[in-house]
Amino acid sequence: MRIVDTFRYAAQAATGTPLRTGLLMLAMSIGVAAVVMLTALGDGARRYVVNEFSSIGTNLVIVLPGRSDTRGFNPANLITSTPRDLTVDDAAALLRLPGVMRIAPIAVATTEINAEGKLREAMLVGTNADFIHVRQLNMGLGRFLGKSAMEHGAAEVVLGNKIRQDIFGNESPLGKTVRVGDRRLRVVGVLAEGGQGMGMSTDELVIIPVSLAQAMLNSNTLFRILVEARSRDQLEEVKARVLKMITQRHEGEEDITVITQDAVLQTFDKILGVLTLGVAGIAAISLAVAGILVMNVMLVSVTQRTAEIGLLKALGATSGAVRQMFMVEAVLLSLAGAVIGIALGYLGAGILRQFYPTFPAYPPTWAVLAGFGTAMASGLIFGVMPARRAARLDPIQALSKR
Amino acid sequence: MADASPSLISLLGIERTFLLGDSKVHALRDVNLQITPGEYIAVMGPSGSGKSTLLNMIGLLDRPDAGTYLLENRDVTTLEPDELAKVRSERIGFIFQSFHLVPRLTAAANIELPLILSGMPAGERSKRVAQALKEYGLNERANHRPNELSGGQRQRVAIARATILRPAVLLADEPTGNLDRATGEEVVRLLEALNAQGMTLIVVTHDQALGARAKRQIRMEDGAVVSDVMNSTGTHP
Repeated sequence: MRIVDTFRYAAQAATGTPLRTGLLMLAMSIGVAAVVMLTALGDGARRYVVNEFSSIGTNLVIVLPGRSDTRGFNPANLITSTPRDLTVDDAAALLRLPGVMRIAPIAVATTEINAEGKLREAMLVGTNADFIHVRQLNMGLGRFLGKSAMEHGAAEVVLGNKIRQDIFGNESPLGKTVRVGDRRLRVVGVLAEGGQGMGMSTDELVIIPVSLAQAMLNSNTLFRILVEARSRDQLEEVKARVLKMITQRHEGEEDITVITQDAVLQTFDKILGVLTLGVAGIAAISLAVAGILVMNVMLVSVTQRTAEIGLLKALGATSGAVRQMFMVEAVLLSLAGAVIGIALGYLGAGILRQFYPTFPAYPPTWAVLAGFGTAMASGLIFGVMPARRAARLDPIQALSKR
Repeated sequence: MADASPSLISLLGIERTFLLGDSKVHALRDVNLQITPGEYIAVMGPSGSGKSTLLNMIGLLDRPDAGTYLLENRDVTTLEPDELAKVRSERIGFIFQSFHLVPRLTAAANIELPLILSGMPAGERSKRVAQALKEYGLNERANHRPNELSGGQRQRVAIARATILRPAVLLADEPTGNLDRATGEEVVRLLEALNAQGMTLIVVTHDQALGARAKRQIRMEDGAVVSDVMNSTGTHP
């Protein structure tokens, strides 16, 4: 029997029972579509987070006060166990290190902003003029904080776009005075709309010089220091130097944590990658179930077509030819199910992107291939048993049936 | 008897036993038969006499427990299953009481089945099928499925399928069993015409009238051949 004829015969046999074939393909396609869609979700989440983090800026080294892990004994621990504050002087010292291009100290608090008779809660960020470059933000109106502001603490403020909309509407706020906390500050600029990063929108920020913020908050400590290295290659060196410098300044105690943006990114990448894999694994279980369904359907098919199998043998079909027919039928069913499933999965991911345009829910190629492969493999594996049963049928008994 | 003619089928001391529960059933006991090419044979006997087992044996669907079966002077009892399938495909045609057409295939596709199984190229196949459809008057019914055909038409499709590869032996098991008298007569005439062209025809039947038309009648009882007579007058119409 020619292979083309085997395929045609198997296809005819499959289409001969449309309901059964349709249901089987539905089950198989749901399994494959689940793999494609869920991995699109997982991978989309990974890409989303990675994008968010890259949008903070590039070549960043981030300094946090306090240590997140324990080291061995240190004489300094005898004197004090509380971490020292991270100060503006620490930040200024870092700027002198080789390989450091810019730094931006950050102090954070929640505050109220009051102007034009409107009151609103806002996130207060105290920083310096370089913040806008380090974070790669754009101005909508006016200018950012002045270069000298870090030293003198001029009474000026830069507003996020949403804050400006809420208070001033479409009027230009430039040169107007707003009350932030207990200070009266002059508006010098408005950030461009849509800045994102670390899960918070820059649209709702109120940015003032860091010394002013510290005076207002009556605190000396910084929330973070962002250090921008000159190039990506220098990241690790800069990280080491930053750690050394701050340790020196803090009387030999290593009471800060220094992370690079790369490390954060890699961690998230890894976590979400594992998550995607896990989700794909769960979806693959539905594929295995679909495979068992293939076996069941093929077994029913063998039983129902007993007389036909007997006839084929009487007409001169070898056991091998009969086995091949049923294997091909199982594989064809799996193939059709897999193709439909992939189409459904892409469609689902597309719909998802329609509803959440910021969410890059594209199914990864490896997942599509794995889903397809698993479908075909389960069709093959679960097709073997029914096909062998068909091939072993005794033609006399098969023919006498019915 | 048929000493001078070359032997087509030669059964020597064929035995076949089935196990039914605990008891052994002798379906064939020491069957010896010589069949020459072109013979027209009716196998008759009560139910369970071993007629069908004999037919399956000759058709290579069953193997004897003992004895030798020579088909065209070749010992077929020792062949591998795949070789048996090939011999079945080329030398033997089956016709069944219940027609055994594949319900989802059209008349033409049913006739084409043996050609597909033998691995014939598609072009050659369609030529042969078209010719067979014409010979058996099924041209207008070519694209109908079995459930759209009358009983007589179904059996004609089955006969066309059995004979499309020009087998040496045509084995018919109660070919008229599911047909009314008129269509049965029509089918028998068709089979006899094939026999007249030289095809060996072996018919298993309960029907005395049908059996009487054969030139040679074999009667079986309890798995043994009890009589084997040549009907020299042969009521061939």
